[in-house]
Amino acid sequence: MGILEVKGVNKRFGGLQALGDVNLSVKENSVHAIIGPNGAGKSTLLNCLVGKLIPDTGSVMFNGQSVLGRKPYEINQMGISRVFQTPEIFGDLSVLENMMIPIFAKRDGAFRMHAVKDMMSEKQVVEAAQHMLEEMNMADKHGMNAAAMSRGDKRRLEIGMCLAQEPRLLLLDEPTAGMARADTNNTIDLLKQISDERDITIAIIEHDMHVVFSLANRITVLAQGTPLVEDDPENIKGNPKVREAYLGETA
Amino acid sequence: MFGLDKKDATLLVVVAILALFAPFILNPFPEGSAMAQFNAGYPDLMQRFVIFGIFAIGFNILFGLTGYLSFGHAAFLGVGSYAAIWMMKLLTMNVIPAIIVSVIVAGLISFLVGWISLRRSGIYFSILTLAFAMMMYQLAYSDLFGQLFGGVLTGGETGLQPKVNDPRILDAALAEGATPKAHLFGLEMGASYKLAVGSWEFTFNAGYYIAAVAMLAAFYMSIRIFRSPFGLMLRSVKSNQQRVSYTGLNPRPYTLAAFVISGMYAGLAGGLLVAMDTQVGAERMFWTASGEVVIMTILGGAGTLIGPVLGSGLLKYMENILSKINKGVLEGWFSFMPDGMSDFFIAITNLFVGKQWHITTGVIFMLVIIFVPGGLVELGKRIGNLLTRKKQPNNTDGSAKAEPAE
Repeated sequence: MGILEVKGVNKRFGGLQALGDVNLSVKENSVHAIIGPNGAGKSTLLNCLVGKLIPDTGSVMFNGQSVLGRKPYEINQMGISRVFQTPEIFGDLSVLENMMIPIFAKRDGAFRMHAVKDMMSEKQVVEAAQHMLEEMNMADKHGMNAAAMSRGDKRRLEIGMCLAQEPRLLLLDEPTAGMARADTNNTIDLLKQISDERDITIAIIEHDMHVVFSLANRITVLAQGTPLVEDDPENIKGNPKVREAYLGETA
Repeated sequence: MFGLDKKDATLLVVVAILALFAPFILNPFPEGSAMAQFNAGYPDLMQRFVIFGIFAIGFNILFGLTGYLSFGHAAFLGVGSYAAIWMMKLLTMNVIPAIIVSVIVAGLISFLVGWISLRRSGIYFSILTLAFAMMMYQLAYSDLFGQLFGGVLTGGETGLQPKVNDPRILDAALAEGATPKAHLFGLEMGASYKLAVGSWEFTFNAGYYIAAVAMLAAFYMSIRIFRSPFGLMLRSVKSNQQRVSYTGLNPRPYTLAAFVISGMYAGLAGGLLVAMDTQVGAERMFWTASGEVVIMTILGGAGTLIGPVLGSGLLKYMENILSKINKGVLEGWFSFMPDGMSDFFIAITNLFVGKQWHITTGVIFMLVIIFVPGGLVELGKRIGNLLTRKKQPNNTDGSAKAEPAE
């Protein structure tokens, strides 16, 4: 049993079958890449995992519990954090404030007014946020407005914010899209480090084969809404079906 | 990081000093001089400054922090006013119960309105609040509930005033023919002390100082909210609601809390309006009144601490002072010019004063939006920057202001 089990998921948009009978099993502590040509249904699948879309049929189980019908914030509380294609951060806030919000969320879970302040614990939140920024190598940027950073730094901050919640599963949607080569390599190194050092499962949707083959230890190839093959990276590289569907055109 | 830092404390002290000495500051021109009509230091206007300041401070907690633009906040002010006047009719002419109940009732109503309106965001949220406000205005104006139960709830077109023969269970009965007056433990709201210095005359009004204390308390609360983790959450909702959701937080309770708090501020302002002038009509709930607080907040600087207070001050000043300047006054001003020329200048100036004061407001609002979108606060900052830059030509300010790398 994997930590994430997708069984028989179908999703139809009008006349378009976006996902057709998708089965996927993500093993705990693995780095699982989902690849496929444009329009293969990668993003639709991801949206079904985080509660943005509800599949027409099928089941999505995370850690033994169904995620279907739950709101994104509830699914997040179950332990799934998502990194978006364009970094979704709090652009108007400082980098430190950005990092404090997931830490508050983790501590409090639900809504709290904090009209009467508990100074001690707030100090701890600030310290935890600073510590997380140090781990992300961005402590020097803590006072900066988050929107003013480079794409790579925004991505780094977003990943850090997700990690601050200590999720069990980190979902990444084309984390290096639109990045310069240097930023891409930095992101790869960061993700490698995260998967080595932490007790975390990573599922990644990616276009860039360089990223996929440097990170993944399991790959699922989607084509036209259905999983074509699921295998280890070495076997995927040599698989003629995959070449035909996907790699043949680009590689 | 949290709590009041030195800057906030200074700001609070400055506002307190300004409020305390407002009767002097707002009356800079000697009585009887040509400029005396620009004096704003009379009780009625000073009370309006601080009361609408409270209204705008509260509105800013919703709009400035969460970005949700409500077009119906005057309804909560009206609800507060009606609640206050009923306390004065039923309980006592003392303003304390009236003010407390006005805050509570406005809080309850804003909870209901917010509960429904906050299901949508952006323009749909604004339209929902506008619809609610207009329904409530219509209910107050027609006194539908009063008619339904065969009594009076809002008094319809005539509104409500305390009458001599109201029950007022806590007060001794008034003599026939006496007028019930609002008071704070015997200190009447209308009580004033006039101080004459040379040809200047300064009025110290009890009602103004009570309202000013309420404004300072409201301002202090707003600073605390801005600097609290709760305030940080509200700003995060404004910045990126998607990320809030994907951080395991439900934004709804936060926005609803902000909505209710700002509704309670509006209720406090409504209650104070009644305390100062014991009558209510439905017109203060009309949608233009809701629009006014939006303009005040944006004019001063949405999302800043002091902005709403400045904005409401400027708007109320223009409303009361510009509107008093009529053609007769203008003729006096331009009488030194030759006939044809003075007529021309009177005609031009007349477009912007008297009943047409809204045109001036509109022009100023446009200029602010186009040139200093951050409002009066940003204008102040820019002027401050210009002045400091002149003093030290080599600007080596070491603050972390990095350029975008992309």
